[in-house]
Amino acid sequence: MAETAKKEKVPRTPMPEQEPQVRRRNFQEVPLGYTAILAQTEAGRCLQCKKPSCVEGCPVNVDIPSFVKRIHEGDFVGAIMNLWEYNSLPAVCGRVCPQENQCEGVCILGKKDKPVAIGNLERFAADWARGQSDIPLPPIAKKTGKRVAVVGSGPGGLTVAGDLIRKGHEVTVFEAFHKPGGVLVYGIPEFRLPKEIVAAEVNFLQRLGVKVECNAVVGSAITVDELLGKEGFDAVYLGVGAGLPRFVGVPGENLIGVYSANEYLTRANLMKAYLFPQYDTPLVGGQHVCVFGGGNVAMDSLRTAMRMGCDDVKCVYRRSDQELPARGEEIHHAKDEGIQFFFLHAPVRFIGDQDDRLKAVELQEMRLGEPDASGRRSPEPIPGATKTLECDLAIIAIGSGANPLITGTTPGLEVNKWGYIMADADGKTKKPKVWAGGDIVTGAATVIKAAGAGRLAANSMHRYLTWGW
Amino acid sequence: MFQILSKQELAQGTVVANEIEAPRIAAKAKPGQFIILRVNETGERIPLTMADTNPQRGTITIIYQVVGKTTALLKSLNVMDSIMDIAGPLGRPTPIEKKGTVICVGGGTGVAVLHPITRGMKQAGNKVIAIIGARTKDLLILEDKMRAASDELYVCTDDGSYGHHGFVTDVLREQLGKLGGEVKEAVCIGPVPMMKFCAKVTQEFGVPTMVSLNAIMVDGTGMCGCCRVSVGGQTKFACVDGPEFDAHQVDFEGLSKRLIAYLPQEKEAMQVYQHKCACEAQG
Repeated sequence: MAETAKKEKVPRTPMPEQEPQVRRRNFQEVPLGYTAILAQTEAGRCLQCKKPSCVEGCPVNVDIPSFVKRIHEGDFVGAIMNLWEYNSLPAVCGRVCPQENQCEGVCILGKKDKPVAIGNLERFAADWARGQSDIPLPPIAKKTGKRVAVVGSGPGGLTVAGDLIRKGHEVTVFEAFHKPGGVLVYGIPEFRLPKEIVAAEVNFLQRLGVKVECNAVVGSAITVDELLGKEGFDAVYLGVGAGLPRFVGVPGENLIGVYSANEYLTRANLMKAYLFPQYDTPLVGGQHVCVFGGGNVAMDSLRTAMRMGCDDVKCVYRRSDQELPARGEEIHHAKDEGIQFFFLHAPVRFIGDQDDRLKAVELQEMRLGEPDASGRRSPEPIPGATKTLECDLAIIAIGSGANPLITGTTPGLEVNKWGYIMADADGKTKKPKVWAGGDIVTGAATVIKAAGAGRLAANSMHRYLTWGW
Repeated sequence: MFQILSKQELAQGTVVANEIEAPRIAAKAKPGQFIILRVNETGERIPLTMADTNPQRGTITIIYQVVGKTTALLKSLNVMDSIMDIAGPLGRPTPIEKKGTVICVGGGTGVAVLHPITRGMKQAGNKVIAIIGARTKDLLILEDKMRAASDELYVCTDDGSYGHHGFVTDVLREQLGKLGGEVKEAVCIGPVPMMKFCAKVTQEFGVPTMVSLNAIMVDGTGMCGCCRVSVGGQTKFACVDGPEFDAHQVDFEGLSKRLIAYLPQEKEAMQVYQHKCACEAQG
């Protein structure tokens, strides 16, 4: 016990970061990553609990004490090999998982002190491995001869691909866009998740034998039934994401300068509009920016707009700061970078000039009423309390719905009243040989939840491919 | 990568036809559907409605007018060069069925999109009257193909250099007046003002009319909402709900304004590109 007490005295190692005044104008990653010494120091804080609650707190049950121990001992190869056993996307998850609600949220150290920086350590191990050329690939089981089609190359699809290829199945991932990664490349900005890291994670899966076919719009160019029929796949995983932008439904929403967060972020990230005209995709400039919504996508939109050169960037949220659904770290980063928060306001009308370009937005002031079904207090308008703000760029980040492209072309696939695919806890749908997971089943959630759903589905698919339905 | 198998310049080089190897798309595509392409790594994604497909050869044909940087870049590619990315077929196919008499009206490069629909309408057993137009004779495209695909073809030029002197709407009105209630449907594809005025004429005669909209798009699968257009007061996505819509319900004003959303940036991109081309030419 004496040793435990000694360990607690070491404070949590802070992550080196770009200064807010510098980073708000560039697209380079904000946290700079641990050095080997910082990582080893931080890893030394881990108590190596006998019954580690952090493992339970992880949606893909990474054996956290083991990889942390290896980092502490300087066995970085061992650390990454250990991570790969549980997680095909450690460089991604180390960056974008909400660890404070998962592994770190239940870390014993967190009760009296700050929890072990598990996310930062995972990121360190993955980044270190990316810089090495001689790391052995994880072992792959004997070929089973079974073929799996994974539709969508986001975090869920990539997890399924990684799990099943290692179990000896042949895996092809179909992606509608021209680059694999799904939300990791079109949605999450470069400064939070550099695209070369996503490319490296995909490349790792390709080295394991996963085939990736881009520009393949399943539901239109190929149907799910064709994948199972003439294309000869034995099972299909649908990890296509939510994929339908939600608009507010107020007048003026089709004005130029009003974007869905999906469009704004896709242009900025996937299409690299921040490098226009070196890259051809443009964005409306905008000097007075309002982003509607308070989730992680809203934070990404706000911080992207700031980096595009706008100074007046506001987060307009219809509830109060207490209800903000974004990760604490994201809100903190946004505030440091000069984003203003405008709570308890909702848009009622977008106002344009004679060319239909956005120039202002009319807001309704709200107050909080009784808690709604989600447990959050629901906002209600204060009669007569409206104001008009100057605004030439508005980004709607109030969530996504279910894109019907696949569900509409796949007979036998049952959907609920919101259009999301019905699947059991293992991701098994009502249609034989078809599994689904992530946002297209649960509605918009997080990267790691999609990966967790992929993990469960991959296990279920493996059981089916081995023993039958 | 998608290899270009043939390249043909039409309308004095302002319009280009490319046959491109894309077997998966060719096997599936139907008239009225489009593709989204990206020429190279730094390119933008643009939608183009297919002008033809050949499932046996595994090819699709696109016909486009050179209007900005991306189409200029596309034109710079030659036979055996490749386009980096093509996704498709996207959008709903034209509902083609036997209705009786159908009028197909095309303007500018819209004729390229109209051609497979016209051919489909005729193959379905309709009597097809086609009307095509251009600013001047040299800019007219696909006249022979349209003649072969229709029962009667009328050609118009704005300057009177060929065929009827005037707009396609003049001939459309004349034909609708002559044929009375015989015409069961009209399909009009071309520049937005042309489609708007065609819709006005057919509305006078109460003829159901389809138009194909060339909204700006990014993903083409309903994910971003860039291509939203107001139809009958409701917001629709041209990529998944269209590209064809009931002409009498479309807000053409809103569409024209959204089409020039990026005009300043498009000019800038074109200037940078032309400068680069000029520098390269000088060596």
